[in-house]
Amino acid sequence: MSKMHVKLTVNGREVEGLAEPRTLLIHFLREDLRITGPHIGCETSHCGACTIDMDGKSVKSCTVFVAQADGADITTVEGLTNPDGSLGVIQEMFKEHHGLQCGFCTPGMITRAHRLLQENSAPTEAEVRFGMAGNLCRCTGYQNIVKAILASADMLNAAKEAAE
Amino acid sequence: MSLVRESLANDDLRFGVISPWNEGDVTCLAASERRSSAQNKPVAIGASDWEETHLIPGAFDYHRPASVAAATALLAEHGDDARVIAGGHSLIPMMKLRMADVPHLVDLRDLTDLRGISVADDVIRIGAMVTQHEIISDERLAATAPILREAALQIADPQVRYAGTVGGNVANGDPGNDMPGLMQCVDAGFELAGPDGIRVVAARDFYESAYVTARADGEILTAVLIPVPPEGAGWAYEKQKRKIGDYATAAAAVTIAVEGGRCTSASIAMTNLSDVPVWAETAAGALAGGPLDADSRTAAVAATLDVIDPAADNRGPVEFKKHVAGIILRRAIDRAAARAGLGEKT
Repeated sequence: MSKMHVKLTVNGREVEGLAEPRTLLIHFLREDLRITGPHIGCETSHCGACTIDMDGKSVKSCTVFVAQADGADITTVEGLTNPDGSLGVIQEMFKEHHGLQCGFCTPGMITRAHRLLQENSAPTEAEVRFGMAGNLCRCTGYQNIVKAILASADMLNAAKEAAE
Repeated sequence: MSLVRESLANDDLRFGVISPWNEGDVTCLAASERRSSAQNKPVAIGASDWEETHLIPGAFDYHRPASVAAATALLAEHGDDARVIAGGHSLIPMMKLRMADVPHLVDLRDLTDLRGISVADDVIRIGAMVTQHEIISDERLAATAPILREAALQIADPQVRYAGTVGGNVANGDPGNDMPGLMQCVDAGFELAGPDGIRVVAARDFYESAYVTARADGEILTAVLIPVPPEGAGWAYEKQKRKIGDYATAAAAVTIAVEGGRCTSASIAMTNLSDVPVWAETAAGALAGGPLDADSRTAAVAATLDVIDPAADNRGPVEFKKHVAGIILRRAIDRAAARAGLGEKT
């Protein structure tokens, strides 16, 4: 089967490649582009480890063909660091509040939390739990993940106020 | 190691039927099953062929038409070899398991005619490519027909709701999907575009059996049309599920119209309790015309339990499902009645 020319923006950088249309986006990101932040967990759209941000939506990249993503604007956990390479606010708060243990789900958690806070800058704890329901963690019991996201919201809002 | 490894290699470890597991998704299979998947041929552990060992679908030609006419022309050209894809969270898992073989995949994402929600005086039009997330976020829709938001919030998980569309949810004919029963409850019509033009089929006439609908092979479902509910009507969508993302063990959609303190009409539909959604016409009749007292509510539940036909599966035996269905429906009736201002929420 012939390959197609795929053009995407990933973490602000334009990338191109040849891929079979059936290639799953997660495979294209990890194996062709070597962007290995998004993880392959269940590969059946349950666990959320492969969550990326695609055109302003949280998406499980194991359930998107690369053909569907042609032309899309994608952000992965790598794109959520500060311009100088230091940890971004949500990443820092996951570290600070021990929002991870083995770390396998963390890139998906952080990428999803990013979109959640873009849409709701001051969520309640219940809203965080509801908004994170598509991401599974087998280590933490979620408590510290929720704490980290609530702390991220406070930090981001404080920074926004300070800037105004 | 040998026993387990040997049975894996012999492909003996069958995990039984492939059953729907998650909304907008298919199943969890053992790795051995994935590797051999649809071809039913044993694949040795450690097989080097990337294609056989990765969970990806068979090859296909990808089409991204720019108009509905171009899309239906592709369906006419390729017949059974073509399938349309919207959000893809039902179809892609099926393709990954090689339970669906799609030589020509027709992606509807560029069809702007299939997007957007409009609310007119008497009808709400929801484009087929509108996602569950967009339904939840649309304030005007939530003010006009709030049952849609209440139902959409109970579908799958956030990521799937960004992808899953109303058109895909109703057109797929999956008995586990929530929108078909909801659309029967609110008496929606489904707009279908085909080579001979456009027609509208009532949701209540659309479902024939699991995955079999009134949509012809060459047609694309382009929009859902919902009558604007009367002022002051009550509504509820109640769903029992085992966990986030699961299909319903039982779900009920209820609307109640009132006038002068009496119920003038009601509608009840149930999800995942038969191979098609169940619109319970007789049961709703038990509510209409009365003050919605406890006896009429009990009668409506009993009449609904008579017309559902659940099958035993990993969500429980038939008796359990009927029990859950009765509780869920009663809750939905009570909440809809309370919202209509009739009686206490019990």
